[in-house]
Amino acid sequence: MTAIRPAVEAKGVSRIFQGAGQDAVRALDSVSVSIRENEFFTLLGPSGCGKTTLLRLIAGFDYPTDGEILLHGQDIAPLPPFKRPVNTVFQSYALFPHMTVAENIGFGLKMLGKPKAEIAARVDAMLKLVHMQEQRNRRTSQISGGQQQRVALARALAPQPKVLLLDEPLSALDYKLRKEMQIELKRLQHETGITFIFVTHDQEEALTMSDRIAVMSSGNILQVGTPWDVYDRPAERFVADFIGETNFLTGTIESAGNGHARIVLSSGARVYAAAAKDFQPGSTATLMVRPEHAKLVKGAGDLAGTIETIVYFGTDTHIHVRLDGGEAFIVRQQNSRCASCGFERGDKVGISIGDEVAQLLKD
Amino acid sequence: MADRFDVRRQTGFASMAMLCFFLLYLPIATLVVYAFNDNESLAIWKGFSLRWFHAAWNNSLVIESSIRSFEIAAIAAILATISATMAALATTRTKPYRGLTFKYAFINQPLMVPEIVTAVALLIVFSRIKIWTGYSGLGYLILAHTAFCVPFAYLPIRARLESMDLSLETAAADLYATKWQTFRHVTLPLLWPGILAGLMLAFVVSLDDVVITEFVKSGGQDTLPTFMLGQIRRGVTPEINAISTVFLALSIGIVTAFFFISRKRT
Repeated sequence: MTAIRPAVEAKGVSRIFQGAGQDAVRALDSVSVSIRENEFFTLLGPSGCGKTTLLRLIAGFDYPTDGEILLHGQDIAPLPPFKRPVNTVFQSYALFPHMTVAENIGFGLKMLGKPKAEIAARVDAMLKLVHMQEQRNRRTSQISGGQQQRVALARALAPQPKVLLLDEPLSALDYKLRKEMQIELKRLQHETGITFIFVTHDQEEALTMSDRIAVMSSGNILQVGTPWDVYDRPAERFVADFIGETNFLTGTIESAGNGHARIVLSSGARVYAAAAKDFQPGSTATLMVRPEHAKLVKGAGDLAGTIETIVYFGTDTHIHVRLDGGEAFIVRQQNSRCASCGFERGDKVGISIGDEVAQLLKD
Repeated sequence: MADRFDVRRQTGFASMAMLCFFLLYLPIATLVVYAFNDNESLAIWKGFSLRWFHAAWNNSLVIESSIRSFEIAAIAAILATISATMAALATTRTKPYRGLTFKYAFINQPLMVPEIVTAVALLIVFSRIKIWTGYSGLGYLILAHTAFCVPFAYLPIRARLESMDLSLETAAADLYATKWQTFRHVTLPLLWPGILAGLMLAFVVSLDDVVITEFVKSGGQDTLPTFMLGQIRRGVTPEINAISTVFLALSIGIVTAFFFISRKRT
């Protein structure tokens, strides 16, 4: 087996935007990340976190202030965009309005100086791949938003780039179309075997589509991992908070080691938690419990409180509990046929947290 | 609640509007009508005739000056449009910097400096150059026309460039187009209606010019407008009306053609 070489590697990449006077904006602060071959990799974070800046640096629309960007081991940071075997699907699609669907798709190959017959064959294959054969001679203004999205994808895939960059490509679509395109994108990635780097602020989109996710905040990558990693084993409070709904509890560490810790909560209950790093016994720490991992019990549990609100969601029910210590805690229960299963507003309840369910966080 | 304010319902609006249109178009209508007058006099209608059109057509000075006008206008409009396109690209496809506004003003200078000032200035400079070089051809007029046509060509081209989606050019670069290919295959085709608008505007403005031409031209270099000016000094016949009418028809033709071209493109 050959050594696994990353498709794209950022090494200490910074991008500082020099503003007027002294205020410089650090859009990226010495970011390093390694993206594998054939991976669906997502850059996830709130707006302004630097995810689009990183994408633009890989595409070549912008140049890093510092650091290296390697494509299959070769530093591409100083190359102009037209010399990089990397293509982009733009948020606005940026389809050429004076060309037909087919001409749009063939544009990259034409610029590369490929023979006409090869371009025609490739355009045909692309049209088929995105199911747009019938619209090949339409102007881009004559097709729907979802179809424009497909054309944008086909156009970026046609030159067979080593890496495909996608800049929030689904944000302009309505909910149902977006769900369809998510599946479509996964299919295209499997069929083409091209490395996809996907930028989004939508955590649900990131979780359902990605092989791995990099969670970003204010110019830094906080955690890189599989969807399961970042959801179930977040390393930091920001990651836990940004992705999904979470309950935070504080407690004192009783003992720690081997990626585990025993914590005493303010209620006196002892909870076993997974810990991303070693924590000092005796120090206080934040504990994360996902609402669906906690369980409501009639008697005494690890925590005690009073039900404040019950919110019915169809597939599940969210039960908002005010803990005796004053904190809010949400428990999510899958709905069986028994609605909220005998719990009522105002009930005194216990919450049990199983072992290995809680996660200890770096603040 | 009262209805929304509608200026068309104000007292006197209709009559005011009618008066304005009347003042604008009545002289032109009179001019056109009397072009077909079968009389030496401008004021007394005798009957319908095309004799003044024939007279103009057979007047070699009219034909000569018309050809000269079109020659100057065509070359000046093309040169002005090329410079204006480059100026527009240079002032829109760049990061805003200190002095850019000054540059706009600089390019649009002919719109602001009184034409007579430019005319006198050119007269002085060109007469010197004429003495030095001995050249006294149409080049001076073409150069002068090009200069004052630039802002007319520049404005519609810049407007078009500014409204263009920049991500299209980024996308072209992403799809392996060099800077030149991006310009050739994306920017230029999208800019084309703006360039045509600029070209036609420059052409019409050049065709129409009197002041600068009058000052810059050498002997025997009359354009149609300066020729007509000279004719009027010697007493007006409806021949002038006939020439003006043809001129008017041509201008309307050009503007209409442009309207359809630009509508088709977008």
